[in-house]
Amino acid sequence: MGIPTLISTSTASDSSSIDITSGIDSTYDEYMFVFTDVNPVTDGAHFSFQVNADGQTGFNETVTSTYFKVYHVEDDTDANAGYDAGNDQAQGTAYQYLAASMGNGSDESGAGVLHLFNPSSTTYVKHFFSTAQYCHLSNYSINAFAAGYINTTSAIDEISFKMSSGNFDGVIQMYGIS
Amino acid sequence: MAMTLITTNTSSDAATSDFTTGIDSTYKLYIFKFIDINPATNDKNFTFQVNATDDPGGDYDVSAITSTVFESEHYEDDSIARVRYEPNDDQAQGTAFQILAEGMGNGGDESLAGEMYLFNPSNTTYVKHFYATTNAYRHPDSSRQTFAAGYINDTTAIDDIRFQMSSGNFDGTIKMYGVG
Repeated sequence: MGIPTLISTSTASDSSSIDITSGIDSTYDEYMFVFTDVNPVTDGAHFSFQVNADGQTGFNETVTSTYFKVYHVEDDTDANAGYDAGNDQAQGTAYQYLAASMGNGSDESGAGVLHLFNPSSTTYVKHFFSTAQYCHLSNYSINAFAAGYINTTSAIDEISFKMSSGNFDGVIQMYGIS
Repeated sequence: MAMTLITTNTSSDAATSDFTTGIDSTYKLYIFKFIDINPATNDKNFTFQVNATDDPGGDYDVSAITSTVFESEHYEDDSIARVRYEPNDDQAQGTAFQILAEGMGNGGDESLAGEMYLFNPSNTTYVKHFYATTNAYRHPDSSRQTFAAGYINDTTAIDDIRFQMSSGNFDGTIKMYGVG
């Protein structure tokens, strides 16, 4: 990893989304989003992200992605790893799940890092990958790996994080990697 | 603020590598880098545990962990190449040291490298999440990449962390960075 420079810190407190609408430009060819203490109001909600291309409206760019997870329940009755076809996208425009079916207990949370590469490129698609570690609603520890590309050659200059339903608490720090 | 080197621990035939200062609310993310980790005893595991602030100076033996471990491995003789979940290395509310790499080789040129992320250890509301990626030269002459992740199921702040082998001493360098 290169040297990260903190660009912004966004804090959600019973918020519907964190939208980062400035600071994503050609200054860096990699951006890193560190999310900590993410806790949904709604049990089983999915923590997710989408982006908006320069000059466009709405967080609805086309995504093709993969999602696999490693899981282990606290009572030790279930543990394995596998691809999760319900959480990927094939040219979809929905918010991409980073952590699916999160627990909303008072001590339950999620954390992780999302990398977004060269969002200002106007030649290539935009790649991302994320590693999330979180509490599942059914007392599992989940290590989730989401990756893919935003299938546009337009520059990306905005990103949004939210739950699939309901509000959430959490902190997202955006870094530029040089 | 950026990525700040807080401490470098260099172990030479040492039983443990302890970080007992520098873990606090300054950073939301701590990154530990493992370099040239070489056990004194063959076929031992590289591990970690923590102490919470309500167990100052404790023995790193009371923090419950629920974790996952999966691995990708390839033998030098090409006899085995696989990806699999490793149920022997995970924990379900266990208080043992969490395995980050299993069955390390202790040959003169055999070692481990990797990194571990620990998120917001000073938080007093939520459990504490971690994930680690290591690559080890294992005792049967194989390369194994291990992905260990989980949470320390404690809402008390974490301020100490210990790295050690499952038995025996080790050489190596561990650097702790704060990000934020």
